Amino acid sequence: MSTSKQQPLLEVRNLRVEFPTRRGSLIAVDGVSMEIAPGEVLGVVGESGAGKSMTGNAVIGLLPSPGRVESGEILLEGERIDNLPYEQMRKIRGKRIGAIFQDPLTSLNPLYTVGEQLVETIQTHLDLSEKGAKDRAVDLLEEVGIPSARERIDHYPHQFSGGMRQRVVIALALCAEPRLIIADEPTTALDVSIQAQIITLIKKLCREHGTAVMLVTHDMGVIAETADRVAVMYAGRIAEIGPVAEVVKNANHPYTHGLMGSIPKVGHEVERLTQIDGSMPRLTEIPTGCAFNPRCTEKGPRCMVERPILEPVENSFVACWKFDPEGTGA
Amino acid sequence: MTEPLVKAKGIARYFDVSPPLLNRLIEGSKRQVVKAVDGVDFEIERGQTLSLVGESGCGKSTIARLVVGLYEPTGGSIEFEGVDLTALDNRKEEAKLRGRMQMIFQDPYASLNPRWRVQDIVAEPIRHKKMFDTRAEVTSRVGELLSQVGLSPADGEKYPHEFSGGQRQRISIARALASNPEFLVCDEPTSALDVSVQAQILNLMKDLQRKFGLTYLFISHDLAVVDHVSDRIGVMYLGRICELADTRELFSNPRHPYSRFLLDAIPDLDMTGKQRIPVAGEVPSPINPPSGCTFHPRCPFANDRCKSEQPELRDVDGTQVACHGVEENRLEPTG
Ligand SMILES: Nc1ncnc2c1ncn2[C@@H]1O[C@H](COP(=O)(O)OP(=O)(O)OP(=O)(O)O)[C@@H](O)[C@H]1O
Ligand SMILES: Nc1ncnc2c1ncn2[C@@H]1O[C@H](COP(=O)(O)OP(=O)(O)OP(=O)(O)O)[C@@H](O)[C@H]1O
Ligand code: SF4
Ligand code: SF4
Ligand SMILES: [Mg+2]
Ligand SMILES: [Mg+2]
Repeated sequence: MSTSKQQPLLEVRNLRVEFPTRRGSLIAVDGVSMEIAPGEVLGVVGESGAGKSMTGNAVIGLLPSPGRVESGEILLEGERIDNLPYEQMRKIRGKRIGAIFQDPLTSLNPLYTVGEQLVETIQTHLDLSEKGAKDRAVDLLEEVGIPSARERIDHYPHQFSGGMRQRVVIALALCAEPRLIIADEPTTALDVSIQAQIITLIKKLCREHGTAVMLVTHDMGVIAETADRVAVMYAGRIAEIGPVAEVVKNANHPYTHGLMGSIPKVGHEVERLTQIDGSMPRLTEIPTGCAFNPRCTEKGPRCMVERPILEPVENSFVACWKFDPEGTGA
Repeated sequence: MTEPLVKAKGIARYFDVSPPLLNRLIEGSKRQVVKAVDGVDFEIERGQTLSLVGESGCGKSTIARLVVGLYEPTGGSIEFEGVDLTALDNRKEEAKLRGRMQMIFQDPYASLNPRWRVQDIVAEPIRHKKMFDTRAEVTSRVGELLSQVGLSPADGEKYPHEFSGGQRQRISIARALASNPEFLVCDEPTSALDVSVQAQILNLMKDLQRKFGLTYLFISHDLAVVDHVSDRIGVMYLGRICELADTRELFSNPRHPYSRFLLDAIPDLDMTGKQRIPVAGEVPSPINPPSGCTFHPRCPFANDRCKSEQPELRDVDGTQVACHGVEENRLEPTG
């Protein structure tokens, strides 16, 4: 899929997102580029705080203030959308881009029933009667696995469990059949069987409607099953991007390597889980050179001064001097 | 055997979710009650971890809230060190016991006060318990807690909205640990964390357990995490526990048909191309639960007895299972 020469559905070029703070600028996303083809699922993984959600939010045009796109371009089906006026972007959101936010409560209004919210969204984007919209809402809730959907549709968000709310948000994002779905941790609160159901639903949309998906999650199981390619982020940058099998099974970048090693596995009895020592630098204090250098066991003098760029390694692109012909030396 | 630290006996919690009275009169709609938790028993030994697993909506968070006293039970009792928390009418006594437990909420957004700085959020339980005399001691303890969860002491100055999802979850973990609780209820504590930070938090929780003998009630949908942290596991289905077993035993020899399904649905990380088998059939509704064994519409072993008679938890070689098929010894052995 990634090899086909058709126009990418989403293109992000050199995106930089900043938050001005009292103590200088915090760079949440720093020079990120990625493409997603129609029907393709791009997984985005990485350290907590690495800038995954902010990358997604920039695409949707909903960065929390005072965050702003400092430079770079975002193109949807070849058209720039990062510089559109608010009203125009609002129309694209919901209709052409469906967003599933990490925090289900930001998408749900506690004062309206789940049904009222779904019907309103459906009627905004699709030409359906109230009755037609409600039937579609019930169908969608059933598709995301809410039992007794016809009765529960009249309940309020607080009457749903955490995972049920998350599924309502998924239904909301899918209801206008968008071209692009930005899904930020869509399955975190879901048990494995519902997870499988949601993944099947997302894959069906990709297959049948050519929907493109940016899937942000820390769940490698979900990535392994759903994504075609994966981008690994660290401290606002892409450390590695490539086909899912390559990144998950033969990680190239030392950070990806550590990440894969930290996954607990059923039936492996260990007293302590492997962890990557240290923590991600604060984004106002990113070290020069490679952002991973304070934690990296393979660093050399070059890593301390020169920032690695993404270079092809097998079928992936990796930002690490280890793979450069000149290596990590000075 | 020593007395368990926590003991739940037949706890139940129902929610009335009926349409408003007017609609009931006009549309003739009926009263609706969700039996979120319907008769659950478990015990947790001091220094041990009991985990609850089960489908979304099966009642895990409701149990967590019942145990820490955020919901009144519809029935049953919860004992802490042999004291029935549900029957206590001495406010002071109750506050003292409750002060020894803490909860990490499933939704870190809703549980952090957006107008407070992180340092005040984390310090709140410390101040409440009057654990230190000086401001400097409180500040240094808060800094230590923030470092333990992989944040920086300087982050204390910020407000919750300045953090990413996983960072907020770590703030709520730091707050829960702040007052040195003896019993910690953790509802999906690591679900918003990437695996390397998750490993750090789970290691920290285990270290605290080893050092201070902490007791955990742990809820997670991630069976690999549950396998790693638990001594015992309760598998829940529609408001009830259907199997309660030692961790090793459950993973190597799941007895209840639903437990077996659950283990078969574990995602495949080795990417062998093995298709996950989602649990077949409709998720039943807690508003109109099926008769008899509530799992019978999805169970390949269901017979007439299963459709009419609700199975009780029974002891089978040290494991408790609620299944007629297991009792009658007519299930195929697990492969
Ligand atoms: N409103 C804000 N003000 C200042 N900084 C912010 C704000 N929102 C986010 N940030 C910072 O931006 C960085 C990137 O955040 P983002 O939400 O994209 O992380 P993430 O990769 O999605 O992490 P997680 O896996 O924990 O959700 C974080 O380090 C966070 O501290
Ligand atoms: N305040 C409430 N009012 C009405 N119904 C509720 C309330 N809280 C929970 N419920 C219902 O009780 C059932 C159990 O909910 P609970 O939150 O305990 O599930 P859970 O097992 O934690 O699920 P999840 O894995 O999705 O978090 C659900 O059907 C839910 O809709
Ligand atoms: S560039 Fe250097 S410090 Fe960075 S990951 Fe590669 S080896 Fe490690
Ligand atoms: S009691 Fe019957 S229906 Fe229920 S799990 Fe056992 S065999 Fe299946
Ligand atoms: Mg995020
Ligand atoms: Mg819950």
